Formats: sequence, C-alpha cells, structure tokens
Amino acid sequence: MFDVETYFHSVRLDEERCKGCTNCIKRCPTEAIRVRKGKARIIDERCIDCGECIRVCPYHAKKAITDPCDIISLYKYKVVIPAPSIYGQFKNAASRNHILTALKAIGFDEVYEVARAAEIVTNATKELISASASIKPYISSACPAVVRLIQVRFPSLIDNIIKLESPMEVAARIVKKRIEAELNIPQEDIGVFFISPCAAKATSVKAPYETDKSFVDGVISIKDIFLKVLNGLGRVKRPEELEQAGLDGIRWANSGGESLALGTDKFLAVDGIHNVITILEEIENDRIEDVDFIEALACTGGCLGGPLTVENVYVAKTRLKKFIDQARDKDFSKHGQGGDDALMWTGNVEYKPVMKLDKDFTKAMKKLEILETINKDLPGLDCGACGAPSCRALAEDIVRGSAIETDCIFKLREKVRELAVQMMELETKMPPVLDCERKKGK
Amino acid sequence: MSDGIIRLKFDILPNDMSAAGEASSGVKKVLNQLGVEPQKIKKAAIAMYEAEINAVIHGGGGIAEVVIDKEYIEVKIRDEGPGIADIELAMQEGYSTASDEIREMGFGAGMGLPNMKRYSDKLVIESEVGKGTTVTIVVNL
Ligand SMILES: Nc1ncnc2c1ncn2[C@@H]1O[C@H](COP(=O)(O)OP(=O)(O)O)[C@@H](O)[C@H]1O
Ligand code: SF4
Ligand SMILES: [Mg+2]
Repeated sequence: MFDVETYFHSVRLDEERCKGCTNCIKRCPTEAIRVRKGKARIIDERCIDCGECIRVCPYHAKKAITDPCDIISLYKYKVVIPAPSIYGQFKNAASRNHILTALKAIGFDEVYEVARAAEIVTNATKELISASASIKPYISSACPAVVRLIQVRFPSLIDNIIKLESPMEVAARIVKKRIEAELNIPQEDIGVFFISPCAAKATSVKAPYETDKSFVDGVISIKDIFLKVLNGLGRVKRPEELEQAGLDGIRWANSGGESLALGTDKFLAVDGIHNVITILEEIENDRIEDVDFIEALACTGGCLGGPLTVENVYVAKTRLKKFIDQARDKDFSKHGQGGDDALMWTGNVEYKPVMKLDKDFTKAMKKLEILETINKDLPGLDCGACGAPSCRALAEDIVRGSAIETDCIFKLREKVRELAVQMMELETKMPPVLDCERKKGK
Repeated sequence: MSDGIIRLKFDILPNDMSAAGEASSGVKKVLNQLGVEPQKIKKAAIAMYEAEINAVIHGGGGIAEVVIDKEYIEVKIRDEGPGIADIELAMQEGYSTASDEIREMGFGAGMGLPNMKRYSDKLVIESEVGKGTTVTIVVNL
C-alpha cells in the first residue's frame, strides 16, 4: 500500500555510537523504536521525526539527515532562508541585521527571512479562521512532526489541520519567483536553502505532504552552520539592511508566538510532543471549548528548542526577546511583496494506519485477541529489557512476528526453571538395567 | 477462550480526574490496531469518555467492560454509586448535579449523557438509587 518513498524520514541511527540502551524506546511518542541485537532500530513508517530520541540519547547516536553546507555550490544563484529560531543562537549579536549579514557572507547571494513569510501565513490563517466556523478548533500545521503525529495517531483530527503552506515553503516560493522575474535567472539555477532547527522540516522538504515538490533545494541544520556564522559575526562592521520581518514573524520561534500574531484570545498553545499528545486526546474527546486555534509544537519551548539548534532553549528565549523588542521599536510595516499567491496546500495528508495489526479486519481481531492473551501473561513491568517500550508493545511485536515470548527475560527465566525441574526429574530416573527397584518387580 | 470476540476490562478509580480517560484512551488504541475507521473510533471514544468521567465524578469509580465483535463495540460502565433517580431529567442538556469544585475543573456542564446519546448507536442506562448505575454504549463498526 505504501512505497518506500512515502516513509522517508530524517531521523537516523548512528550504529557506531548506539549502545543499545533503552532511553529512546521509552520516550518515542509513536513506539517506533526497538532494540534488536544490541542496537536501536527505527520502524520507518511510524517515525514522525519529532527528534525526541535525538534529544534523549546520552550517546548522541541519533542524528538527522540534512544537507552539508557545501551543497550550495551546486547552484549559480544562492539564497538562504533562515528559520526564526536562528536569532536565539548567538550571544553577542547586536541586531538581526548582524546575524543575517554574517549568514549571507558565508556564500549566499541573498537572504530572505522565513519570519517574513510567517507574517504572510499569519494573515492567511486569520482569514481562514474568520471565514469558517465549521471546523473547531483549527490546528496549526506549522510543526510537521505534529502533522505526522496526527496522521498516525489522531486520524479523526486530520480535518482540523490548517492546510496552509508553511512559512518555509512560502518564503522559498516567493524568492524563487521574484528572482526568476527580476533577474531573469531560470529557476533551476536558483538554490534556496533553509536553515533548520529540526529533522521534521528536513523531511517536509524531502517528502512534502502539502505539495508535489518543495521549492526548497536544501536543508542545512542550525548546528552545522552555527560556527561559520559565529566566526563571521565578529567581522561584521557595518551590517547590511536585511531585516524585513516584524515582531509577529520572529516570535514564531517561540511557543505561543504564532498564536499571539493572530491577535485572538481564543487560542491554546502547547509545546513538547508528550504535552501535544495530551491536548490532542482532549480535542478528540471534545473537551476543548472556546478555542478557535491550536498551536502545537513538538519541541519544548517551540522551535527554539529544536533538536538541531545549538543554544539551550531557555537561554535562546532571552536572546530572542532582545530582537523582539528591537522589532517593536522599528515597527515594520505589514505590507511587502508576495503575499498574494494562494497558500492553500495542493496535496493532502491521509490517515496512515501504521498501527493496524492486519489489513483484514477478521485477522486483525484474531491477532488482537492473541495479543491480549500474551500481554496478560507478561509481568507488566515495562522494563524494556526485551527491546520493546512496554510489555504490551512486546506482545504486539510477537503477534506481528518480529519477537518471541522468551525475549522477555522473566519468561526466559520461567522457561529455564521449568527445564531445570524437568532435568531433575529425569535425573532421578534410572536406566532399566540399573534400576534395582524395578528388578524387584515394582 | 478463542471465540473471535475481544473482551477488555479497565478499573475506573474514584475521585482521580487525572486518571479519568485512561480506559477510553486504551480502547482508542485497540480500535486503531484493528484499523477501525477514524470517525467510528472517535464516536466510541467520546461516548466512553463521558461515561467514564461520570463514573468518576458521580459514581465513585467503577469498572469498564468492553466487548469488541466484528459488527460492533459494546462498552459497559458500571458503578456502585448513588444511582440516578430521574433518568429522563438527567438526560436533558445542561442538567447537572455536579458540585462547584467539579465545575471549576471544567466538568459538570450537563452534556455528558446527551453526548453519549449523540455519539452512540445504542445507549442503555440502568440505575437504581442507592445501588448504582450501569451505562451500556454500543457503536456499530
Ligand atoms: N454514574 C452516575 N451516577 C450517578 N449520577 C449520575 C451518573 N451519571 C450521570 N448522573 C447524573 O446525571 C446528571 C447529568 O449527567 P451528565 O449529562 O453527564 O452531566 P454532568 O456530568 O456534567 O453533570 C449528573 O449531574 C448526575 O446527577
Ligand atoms: S517545534 Fe519547530 S523545531 Fe520542533 S519539530 Fe516542530 S517545527 Fe521543528
Ligand atoms: Mg458528565
């Protein structure tokens, strides 16, 4: 039903570094990781690229597939579009212009703030919310990990997702079209590179759900480009005037920022993937009232807490605050180029029934019945020694045929004990030729 | 044992709002594994959740017994609480005897039973004052 392409995801395992501990399997919100033969394995179709495992791995054995910095040399005209979270990373930057100038100096011809595109998305979101009262609450699609979570775990909420392009996508499209028109450069010669705080964004470029093909040509992680920008910052004497976004746009880096920009009180902002799950459960249970808009971000603190950022999220927040205040003083106007294209998705997200035990309902029932029986018989300690996140998950793996009962160390011990008893019994039995008791005719 | 019918049982703890919802959440997970249509899962989950909450706040806790067959899911939520004197009255939208404390926590809007009716394909309420209440919800799959 699904081909390999459908299951592209960016989070990967570094075999060398993995010690086979159970930290990641326990934290994964979709139970997508198992430890097998001493190494963690990611079940591709379940991974939503939230980056939780990257964060919790004490051995840094989880990484994200992003592009190396030198990918930019493949294109004639190079444009960098940094995520707003980049502004929280640098200690001594006097202004956003300083950061953007240093970033551009790495080898780009142009820079365009994704924060600016975020303001365009904000305007479109406002229109959407005021136009339709039939869907309540709307759920932001800003975080691709949350969209993918909804796809695999909360299918009944797919209709609530705001099907507007992400600021990254809008930014890439605007710059590409403008450069093509103004500078007469063919689109294939223009390389647009997103500077990303996370794996999820990398996936939405490589395997987008909102459109056929992304306008972004490469995704470079904040981590990978950080030192280059930092070194350049010291050399920026007179920064170029590159800022275009107002405070509404740059606040998107923070949890709650997208909501504040909408100018409504009827919002709920939640961050951290496990908190997001709690809130999505509440929405499914019809428990969220008087809320028009849900902002849900996989990372604690929002994108500033992204797994591929450098600075601690709380420190980054303080840094960002300075730039928010500067933007407030400057009072950027809300107009600007390129807001007129329709932002609605051309593609769509579908329910991914990856938890299903079998395509056939009757067979799925049978498997579930066995699963429950096995589960009842397991110790219920969720110790993780079997490599599955919980006893129930092991029962599920057994039913799916990817594990056996004695993978549970307690079950194994039981079996060994049974064997030992049998051996002891056998040991007392003498061969007939030596057995005196029997000779006596007993 | 093996009759192709799935039976699940959950304890519903009294006075613990933080644990309330665990049973319906567990059932949701199971229905997901069976590949039941999302909208049907939602119906069953909401109806069950409301009944579960009622057992916590009105019934002093109880048990949930779930039967899943090919054609339907049946959820029976049983408590040994005070019972409902006038079921017809209790079924009215907005009717609630919940305390102010419960209301402050965002419950007690009097919409639980009406929602159960709306989201289930069959709803049976059996109650005896002083003995307890059993709510049976059926959602066709
Ligand atoms: N399990 C129960 N035990 C006792 N009383 C109940 C039970 N379920 C419902 N009731 C009564 O019915 C009323 C209406 O229930 P419901 O529609 O769920 O509204 P709410 O729970 O918000 O009060 C409750 O306030 C309560 O008086
Ligand atoms: S919260 Fe932001 S940084 Fe984290 S996964 Fe979502 S989009 Fe990426
Ligand atoms: Mg109720």
